[in-house]
Amino acid sequence: MATWTRASTTPEAGLAELGLPGYAGHWRLARDRFLAHRLAVASVAVLLLLVILVLVGPILSPYDPEHTNLNLRYESPSPAHIMGTDSLGRDLLTRIMFGGRVSLTIGVLAMAVAITLGVLMGGLAGFYGGVTDAVLMRFVDMMLSFPRLFLLILFSVFFGGRFLTVVLLLGALSWMGVSRLIRASFLSLRERQFVEAARALGVPGWLIMLRHLLPNAMAPIIVAATLGIATAIIAESTLSFLGLGIQPPTPSWGNMLKDAQTDMVIAPWTAVFPGLAIFVTVVAINFIGDGLRDALDPQHVIRSARR
Amino acid sequence: MSRYASRRLVQALPLLLGISVASFLIINAVPGGPLSAYENAPGVTPLDLQRLEHQLGLDQPLYLRYVTWLTHVVTGDWGYSYATQQPVLAMIGERLPNTLYLMGTVYVVTLLLAIPLGVLTAVRQYTWFDHLFTGLSFAGLSMPTFWLGLLLIIVLGLTLRLFPLGGMATPGADFDPFDRLWHLVLPVATLSLVGIAHYSRYLRASMLETLNQDYIRTARAKGLTYRSAVFRHALRNAALPLVTIAALDLPELFVGALVTEQIFGWPGMGRLFWDSATRSDYPVLMGILAVSSTLIVLANLAADLAYGYMDPRIHYS
Repeated sequence: MATWTRASTTPEAGLAELGLPGYAGHWRLARDRFLAHRLAVASVAVLLLLVILVLVGPILSPYDPEHTNLNLRYESPSPAHIMGTDSLGRDLLTRIMFGGRVSLTIGVLAMAVAITLGVLMGGLAGFYGGVTDAVLMRFVDMMLSFPRLFLLILFSVFFGGRFLTVVLLLGALSWMGVSRLIRASFLSLRERQFVEAARALGVPGWLIMLRHLLPNAMAPIIVAATLGIATAIIAESTLSFLGLGIQPPTPSWGNMLKDAQTDMVIAPWTAVFPGLAIFVTVVAINFIGDGLRDALDPQHVIRSARR
Repeated sequence: MSRYASRRLVQALPLLLGISVASFLIINAVPGGPLSAYENAPGVTPLDLQRLEHQLGLDQPLYLRYVTWLTHVVTGDWGYSYATQQPVLAMIGERLPNTLYLMGTVYVVTLLLAIPLGVLTAVRQYTWFDHLFTGLSFAGLSMPTFWLGLLLIIVLGLTLRLFPLGGMATPGADFDPFDRLWHLVLPVATLSLVGIAHYSRYLRASMLETLNQDYIRTARAKGLTYRSAVFRHALRNAALPLVTIAALDLPELFVGALVTEQIFGWPGMGRLFWDSATRSDYPVLMGILAVSSTLIVLANLAADLAYGYMDPRIHYS
């Protein structure tokens, strides 16, 4: 009888008390499903390798990413310069590793900004509904009606391509998809009985959202966050490619490709390698996102198994 | 149906108005203005600046400027470019067809390739064909547009010299449809790859789901050939959501067009936007934002209506 009178904080804890597979089991199952996705696991390895290379590589490299040497212009790839040199005689590999720090950091931070905004907007709209929902979602509609790069260009021109501005701009212009996801799951979750119970107990709205709704909406957030990093990396490189993102001499994968636009006639490798870095990173992140979706969204797995 | 259409159209109006207010505010809120170019110019006195500010109407309160702008827009007067002194509507009118010509071709090519690919990869699930193209589509989705453009230029343009490196036509030459087509190949290839990857992946998943439905089995049991069950029954149902997806992709396509126009020197709206942004040419920026977001809203509306028309199961009330 005692087990029934004590209020469990979450349905999962209640299940655990009854000896049924609960929350821990859910995550263990998800992990197993992720490990079964071979491409996703391989991508984790590739991405880890890339991160290590980007973090450690510049320390080991004998070259300075900003040191110019006009005697070594447009050296083709060789043992000394594995990826060759650019128009100012700078070692391309070293610059790509430094640029990777910039591009990856921007990708992660911009995603964090976007997810925070998206969860906030979508959460409020889904939980409160009514006028709040209508206003916020019309705002989302409006934001989605602008071609995103047009706004990015506008703001970048005026605020300049500093690291923090690029991060904030990218984040502020890419939260809409996440907010729709969160809104949809909050809308259905708020009707559930455990929310009703929390309300009856007098739990304030913000705490219900934080403790009861958000944990249950984690799966789509994690998937969206992973894929969001890839989108942010592409957006940053596009912006820097147009000359508006990270400004030279600081290398980023995008602004290296901007220079390559004129250099590629003489030195095609200046265009190939930075783009390859973006491509490999984005492919890996997309595969991981795919694996996470399979792992965290069993519905999706059941559907693909039925096919 | 027509009542629904007119109601949706009326509902779209506040959205369009909201878009116009937002874009007007954005452009006026950003620091630096059309006058900043003259501020440090030699021979320009503060008095000149003031006169110029008055002349351009920049000294009026914001809401008045918005109302003035909107009434002018409705009556077809979109103002004059600060940079070239040309009417905005004429400048956009000159560039928009080029962008639509590019994007239209991209849509046609994308659908022509994505639909067969999606159907074939679904019908031949887990064969080498499926693995190859599903893998390729994943790569296509991860490819930055501008990098793909650069690679195509390097390989097909610079090295093999198969296609021109940029522009819409050979400069100075007479109109030649073949020459036009030749200039179209690389930009269209650059822009359509992502769409082909996206749509064929989507259609594959959607087809696989549809092929397992009872009505497909019924169709086969009735004695329909596999071919006609796939194309007549399954594809029709599976391809429906593509309409919505294609419409939702329109902003993305504008973005891709901007980058592609930049790389291939295509005289379209994306490049006009880019040029105007770098010289704070407010009226032109406003105009392009207005035109592109209106096109996007209308495309979404059209997709909704088309969806209802094509899928008799959907009833609008």
